[in-house]
Amino acid sequence: MNGNSTRSDFLLLIIFAAVVLTAPITLAPIGAGYPDILQKFAIYGIFAIGFNILFGLTGYLSFGHAAFLGVGSYASVWMFKLFTMNVIPAVIFSVALAGVFALLIGFVSLRRSGIYFSILTLAFAQMSYNLAYSVLTPLTNGETGLQVRHLAPADRGPDYVLKLVNEDLRWVDQAFGVVEHGIPITNLFGMKMSGYPGFYFCAVILIIAFFIAMRISRSNFGMMLKAIKSNQNRLQYTGVNTRPYLLTAFIISGMYAGLAGSLLAVTDPLAGAERMQWTASGEVVLMTILGGVGTLIGPFLGATLIKGFSALFSSYNENILHQFFSFLPEFMQDGVVAVASMFVGEGWELTLGLLFVIIMLFLPGGLMQGFYLILGLFKRKKTSPPAAGKSEA
Amino acid sequence: MDAIFLQVLNGLDKGGAHALIALGLTLAFGTLGIVNFAHGALFMLGAFCAVSFNKIINLQQIVLDPTRKTAWGTPLEIKTPYITSWLGDFGNVLIDYSVPVSLLVTIPVMWLIGVIMERGLIKRFYNRPHADQILVTFGLAIVLQEIVSHYYGANPIPQTAPAIVAGSANVGSWIGLGESVVYPWWRLVYFGFSAIVIFAVFAFLQFTTFGMVVRAGMRDREMVAMLGINIERRFTIVFGIAAVVAGVAGAMYTPIFPPVYNIGMDFLVLSFVVVVVGGMGSLGGAVTAGFLLGILQSFASMNEIKSIFPGIDQIIIYLVAVIILLVLPRGLMGRKGVMED
Repeated sequence: MNGNSTRSDFLLLIIFAAVVLTAPITLAPIGAGYPDILQKFAIYGIFAIGFNILFGLTGYLSFGHAAFLGVGSYASVWMFKLFTMNVIPAVIFSVALAGVFALLIGFVSLRRSGIYFSILTLAFAQMSYNLAYSVLTPLTNGETGLQVRHLAPADRGPDYVLKLVNEDLRWVDQAFGVVEHGIPITNLFGMKMSGYPGFYFCAVILIIAFFIAMRISRSNFGMMLKAIKSNQNRLQYTGVNTRPYLLTAFIISGMYAGLAGSLLAVTDPLAGAERMQWTASGEVVLMTILGGVGTLIGPFLGATLIKGFSALFSSYNENILHQFFSFLPEFMQDGVVAVASMFVGEGWELTLGLLFVIIMLFLPGGLMQGFYLILGLFKRKKTSPPAAGKSEA
Repeated sequence: MDAIFLQVLNGLDKGGAHALIALGLTLAFGTLGIVNFAHGALFMLGAFCAVSFNKIINLQQIVLDPTRKTAWGTPLEIKTPYITSWLGDFGNVLIDYSVPVSLLVTIPVMWLIGVIMERGLIKRFYNRPHADQILVTFGLAIVLQEIVSHYYGANPIPQTAPAIVAGSANVGSWIGLGESVVYPWWRLVYFGFSAIVIFAVFAFLQFTTFGMVVRAGMRDREMVAMLGINIERRFTIVFGIAAVVAGVAGAMYTPIFPPVYNIGMDFLVLSFVVVVVGGMGSLGGAVTAGFLLGILQSFASMNEIKSIFPGIDQIIIYLVAVIILLVLPRGLMGRKGVMED
């Protein structure tokens, strides 16, 4: 890689970090400046960025990534329940466990490619989801979801039946003599991980995750992955065994998903099986495609857009709409509000669906393509380079 | 023996629904090369065609009868469906048979929806990657679902089967297996119906000139186009047929499972598994896999089997799908060279 691209990457990273860290201020005017939604942006951004390492670079479309998200969440909550409310061990354990799961699932699924690979990953994810609801209830607490609970009484008699799903131990915290009042909140060495501190924790991890994804995409390994996407057969004819590269990419993106799942548990210590359902896997696919497959920023943009839409549009109701359209005369206002109310509140998914259709119709490359289109318009106005020069660049 | 036979029966109606959806999916895929995530929504639309038909046919005329009083002293309201007052007893029969009769409405409506969908939207996605097709059809599915949920609410709307097939059939006594093997009549009807539809589609593709052209187009589209045949138009018709198949499958399924706006999504994932297990683009494979997985599922739900392998009923379909795909790379009946990269 030459110096120039490293410098522009560095610039991109700085801008990305600045945008993410100032999000509480810049997003406040549109009503998204509160920590809950910002945390979601950051977490699903990580999920989508990680997914893009597999899908964007290698072209392998996994339809089961939500399984790793769920595994990460459950692993984190179990760390909170058994050892400590500190988030660092939970995050590390979740990422490692998701990596192990990804190794196992990836090893089997990557024996096939194309839609067969998609269906294999989907099958594994659905198996995890169904098992989490049924047989694995002692580990997952079924439909209720796994939560951080009160400590079990300290003076347990020999015939005391400990139900770990409903009572916690927190050995490490207890060894350090932490006193708990009620159900504790996750912390980072004493700093409570809710509200803005929680967001900044996620944001810092997001920036690190973005940096790692950028380095992967620029590395020789990343080049290999892109080569697999453009022509796997040719690569194999030249004597390259592509499977290890694919498996590594699969594990890395699985670990990203585990990290995202773990952060979901950090900001809200509750893990439910619905996080593993295929709709959750589908959502990350949509985020990535919507933002722009194979681009660095795209997946994050897509995640922000989908999560932002769902939060904003579902919060609108008819009163807000009446205010919004108050400039119209009375008789028109009611009609407009009646039509518009189909698209907000409970019907916000309708807007989302239309958005998918429209973006796919007019911007096949996702939001990033639109961004470059606009950028291109400005560039052409300024310099308008000759056609020959354009094809070289 | 009784139990085994009963489980086979149990698998048939669900397997029939899966086979019908998978048939439409694989038709659309094999001809147009489209991965249609809106196919489940078409199933749902068919179901709601039946619901709407039932609602319309049950529209009631309210007549006040001043000679008779209710307990509150107000004139008694006599509610009669319009159709009864117009057609007499035949109207009542129509109401009773509303689900099967609704097919008369479902078929043209679904045909129209399918053709509009293909001409208006899907057409633009022939040469795009499958991921794009998935996103756009998924978006379309969400739109259709939300529109239905806006008008019909989010609660399931139960439908009743005609009174003549209301109870259970004593299937066991027909074949000498004892009285314990009973099975709801409507599910038998559904199985028979799905078998008829499947055979009709196969016969259409196998024994008509139109079907021959379509099959040739599935093999080599360019070659057929070069022979001067407007293959695009035929494929549009095939997409319409696929929509109709999904729609009638949905309409007839309403007495078995009360339709709700997101019913299609539940069926969609399993149907995709069915299509892939059967082999992409293979009609016979889709149907076989549909019934096979349906029957396997009902066997895995037996208590005897659940006590040996706890939770097997939850994962059996996916487990079998994984094994089949690992052992047979192209599914049960997949052709070489279809969707392998």
